[in-house]
Amino acid sequence: MSTAPSNATPARDQGDRHDPAEAAASRRSPLRRLLRDPQAVISAGILLVIVALGLLTPLITDHGPNQASLDAINADAGSHGYLLGGDKSGRDIFARLLSSVNTSVVAALIGTGIALAIGVAFGLIGGYYDRRLRAVTEWVFSLVMTFPGLLLLIVLLPVTNGDYRVTMMIFGVLLSPGVYRLVRNLVLSVRSELYVDAARVSGLPDRRILSRHILYTVRGPVVIATAFLAGASIGVQSGLAFLGVGPSTVPSFGAMIADGFTNFYEEPLQFLWPSLTLGVITASLVLLGNSLRDVLEGGRPEPSRITAPAPRPTTGLTTGAGSSGLLTVEDLALAYPTSSGELKEVVSGVTLSLEAGETLGLVGESGSGKTQTAFAILGVLPAEAVVTRGSVRLDGRELLGLSERELCGVRGRAVTYVPQEPMSNLDPSSTVGSQLVEGIRTTTPMSRREAGERALALLSRVGISDPRRVFASYPHQISGGMAQRVLIAGAVASRPLLLIADEPTTALDVTVQAEILDLLRDLRKELNMALLLVTHDFGVVADSCDRVAVMQQGEIVETGDVLDLFSAPRHPYTRTLLDSLLDENSARTDQPGVADESWQKEAR
Amino acid sequence: MTAPLLDLSGLRVTYPGRGFRARPHEVLHGVSLLAREGETLGIVGESGSGKTTLGRAVLGLVTPSGGHVRFRGRDITHASRKERRALARDIQVVFQDPYSSLNPALAVGDILSEPLTTQGATTREARDRIAELLDQVGLPKDAARRLPREFSGGQRQRVAIARALASEPSLIVCDEPVSALDLTTRARVLDLFVDIQRRTSVAYLFISHDLAVIRHVSHRVSVMRGGEIVETGDAGQVTSLPRHPYTQMLLLAAPVPDPVAQRERRQERHRLLARERAEPGAVERVEQGTDPGQFGS
Repeated sequence: MSTAPSNATPARDQGDRHDPAEAAASRRSPLRRLLRDPQAVISAGILLVIVALGLLTPLITDHGPNQASLDAINADAGSHGYLLGGDKSGRDIFARLLSSVNTSVVAALIGTGIALAIGVAFGLIGGYYDRRLRAVTEWVFSLVMTFPGLLLLIVLLPVTNGDYRVTMMIFGVLLSPGVYRLVRNLVLSVRSELYVDAARVSGLPDRRILSRHILYTVRGPVVIATAFLAGASIGVQSGLAFLGVGPSTVPSFGAMIADGFTNFYEEPLQFLWPSLTLGVITASLVLLGNSLRDVLEGGRPEPSRITAPAPRPTTGLTTGAGSSGLLTVEDLALAYPTSSGELKEVVSGVTLSLEAGETLGLVGESGSGKTQTAFAILGVLPAEAVVTRGSVRLDGRELLGLSERELCGVRGRAVTYVPQEPMSNLDPSSTVGSQLVEGIRTTTPMSRREAGERALALLSRVGISDPRRVFASYPHQISGGMAQRVLIAGAVASRPLLLIADEPTTALDVTVQAEILDLLRDLRKELNMALLLVTHDFGVVADSCDRVAVMQQGEIVETGDVLDLFSAPRHPYTRTLLDSLLDENSARTDQPGVADESWQKEAR
Repeated sequence: MTAPLLDLSGLRVTYPGRGFRARPHEVLHGVSLLAREGETLGIVGESGSGKTTLGRAVLGLVTPSGGHVRFRGRDITHASRKERRALARDIQVVFQDPYSSLNPALAVGDILSEPLTTQGATTREARDRIAELLDQVGLPKDAARRLPREFSGGQRQRVAIARALASEPSLIVCDEPVSALDLTTRARVLDLFVDIQRRTSVAYLFISHDLAVIRHVSHRVSVMRGGEIVETGDAGQVTSLPRHPYTQMLLLAAPVPDPVAQRERRQERHRLLARERAEPGAVERVEQGTDPGQFGS
């Protein structure tokens, strides 16, 4: 089996690239990636230095934070051995600052710790277990959320005796609903993952599933939240101290700011130091939190958009054989920028042509570039895609390089599109009818009433037995097959020259698929419309196509008449594909239950 | 005669309705079927037929509201967590989506050691067994150290198969295990399934919407529609000469990769549809004649 070097259809699944170097890079531990982020290193460094200074207070200064000296009142910086001077009570500002750091750290640890312990534990329980238990936890945490936080902390002052540690415990409880909701939502989203089911089938006890499979996914966002919770705890503790809640003997940024505030006109610097330190601490926490988020959640940097080099239209040169057709694609190549900034080609030199009324099957496995080719013809490539060369001509007119506005005159009128997932291509918030009417009126100016009648006629044309009911329905009220019929109705409304259908039946049941293929065949005949059918299914090709183009890794390896291709494939890749088909003759014939004994021994 | 490996009788599954006081919604209406040791029982049906729910009920991931699931004669319909853990040695699963069925954060070796250590294997035993398993599903030895995202879809599905095989089960529920795979990969993974069955005589409950896939791996086939089994029988017969009109329709709707044969099949389908339109009761009458849950042969 190959490692599928370019198993990427960038528009569809960005995450599925099997680039070994990239995979290895993302396998590198988050901590290592964090160390390469200057913002994280600087903010974490600042925090470490501040915390370390706080811990080393007794070694750095020989004055206690509450040790007052009458002759040092409002002393200048440096005098009396006071590095930053004395405050209005003659206490060492520097010593008080360092002790305030310790207070803040303790406040942050208590507040965050309690919030995390309660929030994570109940988030796991509420998310993982059944609905009844969740209803209870949900109710309790919603109740906690309604408490007015700061007010409650002040009101509870007689209970806490003003001890900021007890206050922070209560504040932790008040913070826990946020953590609870975060964890609960994350758990709900991974609980239905198949790997959790597989773990349950393996007989893993709940506790192991929670700790091994679920906590792991929850971990990242919780680490991020922790940084912000710590900031919030420090802020609230300082705020309460500023308001004068709690004993004045506990050095705290809040109390220092309050002191400095009253002394502002005489000694403005007394106000500055605590404010600055508090600001630096909280800002560092927020910045560190953002860096953590980038590393743990954001992952890779967005590839920046590279302006497309002007495509080299080959007009004038090839007015020969191929150009008589309705659609002519010549030497089309397109590329996507990789995270290293280089361009990676996903379609390299595709040439194909389509006559009016003809069906061409574009076949290939995932990552072969068939959808990208279709998108390039439609002019709906994602912004970062770059068309490096080639030409796409419809009825002799070059489509590459047209402005968005000019393209709108082509798309939806001469060329229309039917997608793979009918449901996700209908707006769930408005009725099927209004979406059809809107589409019809964009391409052909007519009154709302006329467009409505036209939509109804189209709906019954595509085989919907009760068009009025479907017209008034919302997308979720109709089945997938019905939705695909609706999209086909919208696509043929403008009587297009070319319909591009990208795996139009892949998401549908076989019986519905057969009906949709019948419908497309009938419509094509009726409108003399060309059909470009992108598919991976050779059964669909055999059923509906006149000619086939086989794509492999961005190139067309073989084009031919459908009968010839099936009876005498020329390219080895086409042969491999056809050999992999499971046909009527591949029925299993051996009898069950007779395991080869020699094999069995070997396997043990 | 010893009890069959898996015996479902009158199995019903009801999902609670969504919203306040919504009516519960029954998705399996009394399904009965038997699976023998070492055979593949294919379950084919369209979306909404209840085939996935059937598999989940066998695995204990949904609780049946009626009927019985018997494994080697033992009733496991309402097995406790502890009993399930013991059963995990015998009943395993391979899911459809090779992307979400493997924990993205765990290395392949950890994924494979999980079922082994749960069953009480030591780290050393587990490591030896993992090397054996990787070899058995055709993955390189260093795969154990790598993360799932470093593998292609087909390789991930091989990891999932290796995980299922780890405890040497006697039944593996395969829920659309090849639907998400490319054509060439699909053929190889199916061959791997057959190959493993020949070596280990594990039985498969093989769920798929694709008759061609079912035909390729199954000894016997049950056709499901709307939470009921409409036809059970020998794989060759059900997938080539079906008796029930619904199965006939299913067979004719699946396009054959051969333009000439497909044209004939399409015409035949149109004839069947025309007949059905002329005589709408035909399906119901045949349904009463069949006896689901019995061996076809």
